Amino acid sequence: MSEESKYLLEVNDLNTSFFTDAGEVKAVNGISFKLEPGKTLGIVGESGSGKSVSAYSIMQILAETGRVTGGEVKFRGENILNYSEKQMQKFRGEKISIIFQDPMTSLNPVFTVGYQLEEAVLLHTNKTKEEAKKRAIEMLTLVGVNEPESRVKQYPHELSGGMRQRVMIAMALCCEPDVLIADEPTTALDVTIQAQILELMQDLQKKLGMAIIMVTHDLGVIASMCDEIMVMYGGRVCERGTADDIFYRPAHEYTKGLLRSIPRHDNMNEKLVPIGGTPINLLNMPEGCAFCPRCDAAMKICLTEKPDEIQIGDGHTAACWMNIKEAFEAQEV
Amino acid sequence: MSEKETKNLLEVSHLKQYFPVSQGLHKVPLKAVDDISFAIRPGETLGLVGESGCGKTTVGRTLLRLYEPTAGKITFDGEVLFDSGEQYDENDKLIVDATGRPIYGKKVNKDMLPYRKEMQMVFQDPYSSLNPRMTVEDIIGEPLDVHKLYSSKAERRDKILSLMELVGLNAEHAMRYAHEFSGGQRQRIGIARALAVDPKFIVCDEAVSALDVSIQAQVVNMFEELQEKLGVAYLFIAHDLLVVHHISDRIAVMYLGRMMEIADADELNNNPMHPYTLSLLSAVPIPDPETARKSSRIVLEGDVPSPLHMPSGCPFRTRCKYATEQCAMEMPQLKDRGNGHFVACHNK
Repeated sequence: MSEESKYLLEVNDLNTSFFTDAGEVKAVNGISFKLEPGKTLGIVGESGSGKSVSAYSIMQILAETGRVTGGEVKFRGENILNYSEKQMQKFRGEKISIIFQDPMTSLNPVFTVGYQLEEAVLLHTNKTKEEAKKRAIEMLTLVGVNEPESRVKQYPHELSGGMRQRVMIAMALCCEPDVLIADEPTTALDVTIQAQILELMQDLQKKLGMAIIMVTHDLGVIASMCDEIMVMYGGRVCERGTADDIFYRPAHEYTKGLLRSIPRHDNMNEKLVPIGGTPINLLNMPEGCAFCPRCDAAMKICLTEKPDEIQIGDGHTAACWMNIKEAFEAQEV
Repeated sequence: MSEKETKNLLEVSHLKQYFPVSQGLHKVPLKAVDDISFAIRPGETLGLVGESGCGKTTVGRTLLRLYEPTAGKITFDGEVLFDSGEQYDENDKLIVDATGRPIYGKKVNKDMLPYRKEMQMVFQDPYSSLNPRMTVEDIIGEPLDVHKLYSSKAERRDKILSLMELVGLNAEHAMRYAHEFSGGQRQRIGIARALAVDPKFIVCDEAVSALDVSIQAQVVNMFEELQEKLGVAYLFIAHDLLVVHHISDRIAVMYLGRMMEIADADELNNNPMHPYTLSLLSAVPIPDPETARKSSRIVLEGDVPSPLHMPSGCPFRTRCKYATEQCAMEMPQLKDRGNGHFVACHNK
């Protein structure tokens, strides 16, 4: 811990690319954010927006063709991108944990739930097998799995989807990490189970005080959970701010479009206003603003120049030329 | 529902769909759909919601007779397509003889091919429901071929191109293959294929669930516009309650193969009566921070019971806080509470 900063995790200008046969796919193009202890950051975006890749870049668990091409990820002031694989193995799970969307494919089907939980404990602590077993049962109780003593002997296929996701959360939390990254943790679950899991995550956050990065495409999930929200499109941050900023004072055309296109209680009898066009092709990114080809308000400058994040209010920024008076007025003439 | 309205496009009564499942040496019936009744009017959208495994997809498939129904009666446009012969009195009680066996009436099992022209389906996954080796023209043209709906090659092509235009696809793309399209466009191809035979009724099985939010709105709007233009009725199966509320005229709620509640979409959302509907609605994450802060979730304890070990009586009673002894004894029937609001609950 070199210099004490109030931020637990600082991501600066992170770039991640995948090198495929068809060319370089720039999945993440210079995103930055800071995370304070005990806070929740929401990353929201459509498929291909780079939200999951950002999370995987932090954990350094990218697919073989993927590489972080620039930027830094500082955990307590130390750039973890310089860590060796061995250091990372120690780091993952102990300092930052991740839970994935699909609890069936992220648990090993040939080992019991208990074995997989104990494995995580044994890897990161000096506990004995007996103690690890106790810890596994303790964790399952914490995440609300009933009859944990018999559950540890079961295999993942014997559990329901909600139970499996609880086991995943237990596994992620068993070494008390400072940051929990949740990558679409409830997308594969039914609404009633989703409500249980979200409630559980908020409870555990209060109890254990960890910070959460919530990656999702569901604006509903984000609205109730997060202290800060980051909207991503085409590998870049469009807009960031509190839930109220994003939902009531959106300043980026993409955010506005998203909010118009989802059904809500107050627009039930009106037509939805969809965002036109098709999702972005990362192999063929536009020169200017990534959202420009689908934007109704696009101006000349949007075609050629990428907008920077512009300050709208306290902690509220948007990368949209519409917010720069000069650019907007120049267009009017 | 006992009201005998002839204007219903589709009527389903006492539909049962059981699947045999091996358990050791025995075959046990898995009651995917158990005794449900409902009706759909022409040009109407009935939303069907429920958790995974509640049988909503099975209902859709059984209606189109992709499965052979175990029992029940399906009437489409005034014609009985399937009837297993059980008879019911005015109180919806099964008519039985002295030994307790049902007295069977006339059994009907019609050949579906001519009716497939009237009833179509749009599937959830636009990636696996289109043949990767066929061009878009052939995918949309196949139903035309099956039902011989054209007299010349030129007419076939004209029909296909006008269908593509109808669903907002570029006619120049007719010779392309499915993999060349994005998810939203593929779903449009699937919809064009369903519309090719000019059906009166389409089952949309999670038709927008796999799409990104911004694309989802495009497809939802298209469904609504097509309904206005062509007057087709939809059975809109989905798990996203906000989308279902938006698109549907009426909504039906299922739980473990049973129908729990049917009502007008707004009525159901403003005045849900069944405890299951209440908790389902309260669990929906609302994309509005103000409301989200105010609302409190009714978090249901535990998981859905296995359909192989169904609780006696009301299937929801194991998770219901209002459950009484009566709930364990008998399954409540759907009862009209006024305004076409039907609820199956003893206590509410």
